[in-house]
Amino acid sequence: MPVQKIDAPDSIIPRKVGVAPGEGAEKGLITLPGESDREVEGLGGATYLTTKLDAVVNWARGNSLWPLPFGTACCAIEFMSMVSSHYDISRFGAEVVRFSPRQADLMIVAGTIVDKIAPVLKKIYDQMPEPKYVIAMGACATSGGFYRAYHVVQGIDEVIPVDIWVPGCPPTPDGLMYGILKLKEKIERGEIRRAG
Amino acid sequence: MSTLTKFSPIPYTGPAPTNREAYLPANRELADARALDILAKVARPAVQHESGQDMPTFVVDKNDIVPVLQALHDHADLQFTMPLDLFGVDYPNREKRFDVVYQLYSLKNNERIRLKVRVAENESIPTSTTLFQGYDWYEREVFDMFGVKFEGHPNLRRILTHEAFQGHALRKDYDPAQRWLLTEAGIASIIPKIAKQFEQEEADSDFERVVLNLGPSHPATHGTLRIVVTLDGETIVGAESEIGYLHRCFEKMSETHTYQQVIPFTDRLNYCSAIINNVGYCMTVEKMLGIEAPARAQHVRLMLSEFMRISDHIICIGTNLVDMGALTNFWWLFQPREEILGLVESCCGARLLPSYLRIGGLSVDAPADFLSNSQRLVNMLPKFIDDVEALVMRNRIFRERVDGIAPITAEDAINFGFTGPCLRACGIPYDVRKASPYLGYDTYDWDVPVAEGGDTYARFLVRFEEMRQSLRILQQAIDRGLPPGPVMVDNPYVALPPKEKVYNEMESLIYHFKLIMHGIQPPVGEAYFQVEGGNGEVGFYIVSDGTKTPYRVRARPPCFPIFEAYAKMITGQTIPDAIAALGSLNIIAGELDR
Repeated sequence: MPVQKIDAPDSIIPRKVGVAPGEGAEKGLITLPGESDREVEGLGGATYLTTKLDAVVNWARGNSLWPLPFGTACCAIEFMSMVSSHYDISRFGAEVVRFSPRQADLMIVAGTIVDKIAPVLKKIYDQMPEPKYVIAMGACATSGGFYRAYHVVQGIDEVIPVDIWVPGCPPTPDGLMYGILKLKEKIERGEIRRAG
Repeated sequence: MSTLTKFSPIPYTGPAPTNREAYLPANRELADARALDILAKVARPAVQHESGQDMPTFVVDKNDIVPVLQALHDHADLQFTMPLDLFGVDYPNREKRFDVVYQLYSLKNNERIRLKVRVAENESIPTSTTLFQGYDWYEREVFDMFGVKFEGHPNLRRILTHEAFQGHALRKDYDPAQRWLLTEAGIASIIPKIAKQFEQEEADSDFERVVLNLGPSHPATHGTLRIVVTLDGETIVGAESEIGYLHRCFEKMSETHTYQQVIPFTDRLNYCSAIINNVGYCMTVEKMLGIEAPARAQHVRLMLSEFMRISDHIICIGTNLVDMGALTNFWWLFQPREEILGLVESCCGARLLPSYLRIGGLSVDAPADFLSNSQRLVNMLPKFIDDVEALVMRNRIFRERVDGIAPITAEDAINFGFTGPCLRACGIPYDVRKASPYLGYDTYDWDVPVAEGGDTYARFLVRFEEMRQSLRILQQAIDRGLPPGPVMVDNPYVALPPKEKVYNEMESLIYHFKLIMHGIQPPVGEAYFQVEGGNGEVGFYIVSDGTKTPYRVRARPPCFPIFEAYAKMITGQTIPDAIAALGSLNIIAGELDR
């Protein structure tokens, strides 16, 4: 596969030149977590792959997260940056932003959660079907940030369980992306299992 | 490496602030003369002039406030028709504990006025909502934060805090960290009042009226706004907005931090154009200190303010078009926005909420390639603006959804206290940058775009043109070049000495220690200063008691009256139109709820 060079002379942001996918990908093979690239024996012309069902399911889940942005404040703007053209989260399969909790499996809490909206957050979390994951984006969602104040929830783990904390005020879009990738790893390792 | 403040080799010889000295505004004599002039015109016995303030200031008896406001509003020579702000200040040791401060603006004379009403804890003030519609929410906020009651107010309940909240948070004796928990059972339901013109129609209608709740978590509300509407078929016959879902206690937090520490909090007011808030706050404190940032710092402030304004409008237009189904524009416009954030990042290392400014200047100098990068941005932006404008503004599907939708008349807009693009879309050419220029905006050649009609389409027109005018200012600023010199004032009571001096000179070490431990201490008094933000006049009112923390910081939120009018604007429209209109108002929750 030829390497496509990203060339944007007008841009003032330094960019990395695109990297070629691994050799395995070139052969059209896929890699499962915990396994290395390997040739699979052909049988009757078809290609087979043996693994555990859990591993396949987790692999699929990790690569097709549907985020629900619970965006309240500044972090939601950085979330928009992450979704939009420059950073482009669709490279990691998480671009299908859904505002209905029934259609999402990843809640990204982006922004300060205050006491007035905490019951709403809880309710929307409860409405999401299992399996569901939560990313607390930014200092406010994590710990209340520098708002140690009379109306601010001091971390959303007061209200709902959290899988990944992303630091920063606000985190950069790449920071949030890293958080999503960490969640993907966690799901693929099969670490997150919650009673349905 | 950028150069920090350059200090004179001999220790500082300028005036040192003596503790607890009184603040004397530079324009106090003018303001006093004007105040006496106004007093002669509004001949009411219960009005006393308070001299030595930065704008004409009067103390009014509480029973006389409505007639005085009426007289100021109606007098042909004065015409204080715009309610700018209404807030409280708590002085617990005084017999009459609360100052309720009214600030009005006269479009005719381009002047401001401040009225103070002093009340004790159990006293109430007659409501002025009959005169200014915009004061409805402001009075609710004063009630919520201070517990001052307004007699005759139609709907006096808490606005920013939740239903289970007890006490009044901005009183001085309220513990800043004292929280009250709200459970789902505690949320009060809202049934909007049916608008007058629809009251009679229910019997004739074939439809049953339905109450529909939008938000606070809804894709089209951009964060945390909540609107409850009553529908008759598809028509909205009654609407009520509920806010406070992002009330982060900015004003209380300011009272517990030093003057420099408040700057990051101001970033998070209007987080789409953070630097403009920084400028507003820093210039208010600088006004009290009687200092001015060096020319180089002012130039960078101006340029970044204009870039931020463009970025603010890009977010507004982009997300508004997403609400209407035009996703492409969002992808397309966010590309130049990333470049703008890249420029900010090259200045100070942070993207969205940079906290780049300091009281007295900038934290660090702009990088060497600042001007060339700005020029590249100014060259690249017009194409994106033109492309999006060509895509939507003559697109019939788009026009059908915005032409004549959610209009507001100029009289109503002024009566609510609209500022910024939403006011200019009603045909009123009020822009703080022209009306009371700061940072040298009067030395640039640019126009204030104005549209007629006050509908969603007009607001789009104004925003598109404002971006072009900002580019005009930027091009001139680039052509002038950055003035040489430091970016921080040469005043050790405001600016930290550079580290190499701190380690080598006794005076610098002492100044450093004093500034870190005792902070900046503006003189005792109060000041108001305003700048033009992304969506209107951003003003800061600061009361200093001479200590290192502000006694009171009040941010004048431009979104607040605009969102207040929203319920009125969408009555009689349909839900999709209401969504399109909400995006065009550019409501930023951080600033709305503070």
